[in-house]
Amino acid sequence: MDEIIKIKHLRKVFGANEVLKDINFSVSKGEVVCIIGASGSGKSTLLRCLNLLEYPTSGEILYHGQNILMHNMSNAVYRAKLGMVFQQFNLFNNLSVLDNCVVGQVKVLKRDAKSARKTAMDYLELVGMSQFIKAKPNQISGGQKQRVAIARALSMEPEALLFDEPTSALDPELVGEVLKVMKNLARSGLTMLVVTHEMGFAREVANRVVFMDSGVIVEDDVPEVIFNNPSNERTRVFLRRVLEE
Amino acid sequence: MSAESTFFTWVYFIFENNWPLFLMGARNTLIISLTGTIIGFIIGILIGIIRTIPMDENTSIPAAIAYKITNFLLLCYIEVFRGTPMIVQAMVVFYGAAMLYNIHLSPIPAGIFIVSINTGAYMAEIVRGGILSVDKGQFEAAHSIGMTHAQTMANIVLPQAIRNILPATSNEFVINIKDTSVLSVISVTELFFMSKSVAGINYRYFEVFLITCIIYFIMTFTVTRILRYMEVRLDGPSAFTIHGSQTVPEAEIRIVGRDK
Repeated sequence: MDEIIKIKHLRKVFGANEVLKDINFSVSKGEVVCIIGASGSGKSTLLRCLNLLEYPTSGEILYHGQNILMHNMSNAVYRAKLGMVFQQFNLFNNLSVLDNCVVGQVKVLKRDAKSARKTAMDYLELVGMSQFIKAKPNQISGGQKQRVAIARALSMEPEALLFDEPTSALDPELVGEVLKVMKNLARSGLTMLVVTHEMGFAREVANRVVFMDSGVIVEDDVPEVIFNNPSNERTRVFLRRVLEE
Repeated sequence: MSAESTFFTWVYFIFENNWPLFLMGARNTLIISLTGTIIGFIIGILIGIIRTIPMDENTSIPAAIAYKITNFLLLCYIEVFRGTPMIVQAMVVFYGAAMLYNIHLSPIPAGIFIVSINTGAYMAEIVRGGILSVDKGQFEAAHSIGMTHAQTMANIVLPQAIRNILPATSNEFVINIKDTSVLSVISVTELFFMSKSVAGINYRYFEVFLITCIIYFIMTFTVTRILRYMEVRLDGPSAFTIHGSQTVPEAEIRIVGRDK
């Protein structure tokens, strides 16, 4: 299988706090991987390390076999290959919905404004936000913002898309519209790495589910095994607690 | 004739006979404060940008040292010019330039120079505050689509930071209109200086400075109104148009913003 990202012995320390301990993990092309686990287990930090929003303390991140922590590739070029969708949306507040999806293409990928607008419109259409291109981020709802954020990431045509708890900041009735978009993307064959608390989504869509606890990967398997027959006691305890709610 | 009528007669008389002097003073005040605020704003933006450059694990050691030194020098500039009165700065610069370097500045350029560097020191911290007030998520989102720090600042952060510091900037402008009066100590022919001359000629201080007062107020009030209007314009309309609905593709629906 074509491995896009492979992580070897990744560690991340904040002060005296070891948040990630010897993480080994990989994502292949076309895979949808969900990362689950309790708050503070290091899921988000792992995702942020992948995109270098946090710089790993030690270890290797191999992008198509090339270690990106060795300075032989600029962070900006690498980051453009991985899209990121944030819990708090982080749409650019000074730009309209359309310009949010255009600015990166023009400034980073050096596309001309016309083709960038076309690409942006295609993806905004895909997430059902093409009617709102003139709106500013503070004029639309949370679910709409997150769909625009997904379109913004897709407009860069990344090799993989990272989702950091994309539905956790949404009102319950808005979660569905975002999950629907994500399911469609997963079906279209996009490589996705999703940190989530939505167990239903993980069970239905994921090819692999990774369970993390206190900075280590406890279990990494297909959803059927993780949800129906987990081998580790910690996974069982976590799932029982989450699914009972 | 009552005292009041004499008073207003005097005010009218003085204004009628000396209005070209008041006008010239007001003009110079506006030129100095406007130019000074704009240059100070630019100085502030540049320093604010430099002082918020992030240093992280990837920064090389020489770059980090160079940055520390630059930052220290900028901090010295800010502290010195914020920590001393502008009237004293005016004396030091004007007479210092003449004594030490034999440069004889003409008063108005000297005045513009002093107001600019003084405003720059204040604006530097205002801009830095404006940049820091932009949500960290905006930086992260820009970095995540591959923008460099410079691209992030130019396209995402500065437009938001500048909008946020506009009220503080108009404040600086108003303060400058009033504080250029201290430049009379280096014989800049601004409004206060001209008023003193007029008062001296007529030997009427209260009447003259009442007129001066009114002129200052008209200038500051007009400036705040204009800047407020610019703020509103910059915010754009609170409504936006939806293009095409699911049933009628040609439809245009206006949505009026709720939070404004």
